[in-house]
Amino acid sequence: MAPFSDKAFNLVNGVVMLAVIVVTLYPFYYVLLASLSDSNALLAHPGLLLAPLNFNFDAYIRVLDNPNIWSGYLNTLIILIFGTGLNLLLTTLGAYGLSRKIMLRKPIMLGIVFTMYFTGGIIPNYLLINNWLHLGDSLLALILPTAINTWNLIIMRTSFEAVPESLIESGRIDGAGEFGILFRIVVPLSMPVIAVMILYYGVGHWNSWFNAMLFIRERELFPLQLILREILVQNSTDSMQLGSSAADQQAIGESIKYATIMVATLPILAVYPFLQKYFVKGVMIGAIKE
Amino acid sequence: MRLLRDIAKHKAIYFMILPMVLYYIIFKYVPMYGSIIAFQDFRVAKGIGGSDWAGLKHFIAFFDSVYFFRVLKNTLLISLYNLVFGFPVPILFAILLNEIRNRLFKSVVQTVSYLPHFISLVVICGLIISFTSRDGVINSLIAFFGGERSALLGDPANFRTIYVISQIWQEMGWSSIIYLAALSGINPEIYEAAKVDGAGRFRQIWSITLPSLVPVITILLILRIGGMMEVGFEKIILLYNPNTYETADVISSFVYRKGLAEGAEYSFTTAVGLFQAVINFILLIGANTFSRRLSDNRLW
Repeated sequence: MAPFSDKAFNLVNGVVMLAVIVVTLYPFYYVLLASLSDSNALLAHPGLLLAPLNFNFDAYIRVLDNPNIWSGYLNTLIILIFGTGLNLLLTTLGAYGLSRKIMLRKPIMLGIVFTMYFTGGIIPNYLLINNWLHLGDSLLALILPTAINTWNLIIMRTSFEAVPESLIESGRIDGAGEFGILFRIVVPLSMPVIAVMILYYGVGHWNSWFNAMLFIRERELFPLQLILREILVQNSTDSMQLGSSAADQQAIGESIKYATIMVATLPILAVYPFLQKYFVKGVMIGAIKE
Repeated sequence: MRLLRDIAKHKAIYFMILPMVLYYIIFKYVPMYGSIIAFQDFRVAKGIGGSDWAGLKHFIAFFDSVYFFRVLKNTLLISLYNLVFGFPVPILFAILLNEIRNRLFKSVVQTVSYLPHFISLVVICGLIISFTSRDGVINSLIAFFGGERSALLGDPANFRTIYVISQIWQEMGWSSIIYLAALSGINPEIYEAAKVDGAGRFRQIWSITLPSLVPVITILLILRIGGMMEVGFEKIILLYNPNTYETADVISSFVYRKGLAEGAEYSFTTAVGLFQAVINFILLIGANTFSRRLSDNRLW
């Protein structure tokens, strides 16, 4: 035992962990401050912020005035609700089927796991959805191709397999069919994992942008992340600044960018601390498989 | 015959898995079948059935092109840097976090460190672009320490560094969960016994904590090596620009750009994608077999 080196270790370790917190959170804190700052002051002040510069809500007013943000929100919500609904239905049914002892269980499972390690690639996928299924410019192109996530399917199957066989047997004796057993016995016992699924799928829909970029050309159908991409990555806040002078436009752009990030990320930031333990639970269930 | 009897007996279950099976056939196996256009001169109007066969023409064209070496090198280098720098960080983080005795502090660190994983890639890349810009936060830090301001992301020399560092920032906490789970399974009595034997903190970490992580590390390492040939295109195409293609363009972003964004060279890019998928698959099987020979830690 070396008490001094122990203390030194604890101190250094604590400082490292504090540094992790600061490095992780500061970017978000900066975004918050910048979004509440005056754009001209922001442009004139490169560097770290510790408080807003000329505190105001102008950027937020601009962002909320932008019809693209509203339509983006609406489209994302539609995708989120219907997408997650379909995800849950197909994943639950499939996971339950795969947890039962049917003859084709092994080959089907093999066929599913294989798709985790080998895929047809992005071009055939594009041709399938755009040219053969004609889902271009339809929100279905963002819902159907991601209807099941294989990881989530496996997590759910693992969890269903943990439901005691005796409970299922007693349900069968009471005359329940497979659907009755699934929805009246297995699902109620698996609510934690279903909560995890809702979160995983929901966050996935909220954050996804690539399929929308590939398949959606009509601006009215753009989900929020595509609008965000225009503003943040392609650096165009044009649609929000009609009627202002060129110099003003660049200035307004700065804080609008940050306000847009806040508006689009706030729902995640707001629910995250409360749901974090469920997210982690999903990883744990998934890890049991290994 | 036995199969038919099984289906008749479990009608409801087969009915339940039908949508799932259809999903995998349509959205996973049809594209796999569709990748045979890599061996054709595919024309959309003619379809797969009507397009002319081209043999290995597109593969050879890719191997002969100036892009082959560039995208292969970029893909492997980014994967390698991610492996060398990114893989140990969550392990180290989990071990250090495991040593924190204050439970509240520990859970705060955990909660904070997982957060970036849930932020959309578009927002993350927007932040990276803005922070690395000439007037951005990172340049201000560089200027503060006496360096020169520059457009960091516009310089090909910086792209991989920025990619890998931001990747670590995004995933360090989330990737550590699986290690923390393994650590929470260690019997505390082992540590007590080690203490009685006079083992200090480093000795305990070295002789107890680290060995107990080996199985998890092995499996994750297999997966990482199996994925060496694959660098996701989403983050790349959000961050790169024509100035940085020489260091940033990986196989998948090349396929996307030539096949969908700028051109429509479907057959050629499908061939490139297929090349990547096959190598990837071989790597994964190789890594798994290798690990099976060495120990019991394997994927399947």
